[in-house]
Amino acid sequence: MQRVVVLGGGVGGTLVANLISRKLKKAIDAGEASVTVVDETGTHVYQPGFMYIAMGGERASNLQRPERSLLDERVELVVGRIAAIDDATKVVRLDDGRELGWDQLVLATGSRIVPESIPDFAQEAHHFYSAEAALKLRAALDAFTGGKVVIGIAGMPYKCPPAPLEVAFLIEAELRQRGLREKSEMHYCSPIGRAFTIESVSEMATPILEQKHIELHTFFNVETIDPERKTIGSLEGEELAYDLLILVPPHKGAQVVIDSGLAPGAGWLPTEKDTLNVKGHADIWALGDATDLPLSKAGSTAHFEAPVVAERVAAAVQGREAEGKESIYTGRVMCFFEIGDGKGTLLRFDYTHPPTPPKPNRVWHLGKIVFNKTYWHTVPRGRV
Amino acid sequence: MTAPSTGYQITRTIDARGSYCPGPLMELIRGIRESQVGDVLAVLSSDKGSKVDIPKWIEKAGHHLIALEARDGYDEIVVEKVR
Repeated sequence: MQRVVVLGGGVGGTLVANLISRKLKKAIDAGEASVTVVDETGTHVYQPGFMYIAMGGERASNLQRPERSLLDERVELVVGRIAAIDDATKVVRLDDGRELGWDQLVLATGSRIVPESIPDFAQEAHHFYSAEAALKLRAALDAFTGGKVVIGIAGMPYKCPPAPLEVAFLIEAELRQRGLREKSEMHYCSPIGRAFTIESVSEMATPILEQKHIELHTFFNVETIDPERKTIGSLEGEELAYDLLILVPPHKGAQVVIDSGLAPGAGWLPTEKDTLNVKGHADIWALGDATDLPLSKAGSTAHFEAPVVAERVAAAVQGREAEGKESIYTGRVMCFFEIGDGKGTLLRFDYTHPPTPPKPNRVWHLGKIVFNKTYWHTVPRGRV
Repeated sequence: MTAPSTGYQITRTIDARGSYCPGPLMELIRGIRESQVGDVLAVLSSDKGSKVDIPKWIEKAGHHLIALEARDGYDEIVVEKVR
């Protein structure tokens, strides 16, 4: 019996488990292989929707489904908190004492926000990286009557790189529609020397920031928040006053991969960029936010990585070489980018081809809305 | 190209070769956060953008660029933490 264990029931974990079970259908039916997903809550959450709780009237209840309902019937689901991953004995231990042995292990353990690493973050800063926080931000926007809106990034890497720019554009449009734009200043703080990490996207976004009169502050790495003076301070020594503060919280990888010695301090798993093998561990694979690859931490990345991990795991189980175009990950990522006023664009790129975003239009905005609504029937089951 | 100064001793080397922009800059920022004033950090980067972006950040952050040297397939950028 060859046991495949997938840790994490997000986009990557769910899709990869379904694809592996499809490839190992006969072996599973014959009792020669098994595929098990371990998820802490048993609920699959569509995180890209959080931004729309704050900005688009989305409801948190629409963004979750039972994980079981998204998995192939051949995939076993174990709900429990992972306490340890023991590479020496090839066993995953759960909090409640259960143990799961593996022959192939897939780490789809994602990333987590750590706002507590910046003092006063919880009290002062809004964000949209959980349903609760996005609801709070919505309430703050509803109560906003004008003033200084500061949007920044308090640590890299973070989930969904375009999101803070999208939020800046959407809030600007909302303030204009509510007649509050004249009474408001908008500031966007980027940790690097331009608006966005990828140069071509920066070249697209910077004129839009200028056109919308959103002041860009480059090399602004948020380090401190002063709740009394309502200012943020940067590592570079600058200070900026706010009335409404929206910060992307710092992110880390899963604590269990740090504690198990698989990832260094910040928790990103050292991963081979072509094979998605965890470096130094022939039978451990990683995908999605969990890796240290120089790519967007986004469901889209996991979506395009999953077929590669599935092919490599299936090949290992079947004792053959990985084959076909899905045996190598090319760094493919594709994501929509909201510009505001009902317009959007599309970022499509890989390791060697930077994106060339089309001129923003209504089609890509609608594309994002349709993709979000149909996600449950497409991505997790490998239909797109 | 900044001429290398003499008389400095590197406190910490950050090998960011193989990492893409903004990885090397973010590694340096992490290193600066963890260092003491007076420490000298060397960043090794194979990303072509680093030799432009990192000196710009050093200037903005008020630190001292000691050297920027082209090595075999990568750049070595040496910075002193000033404040």
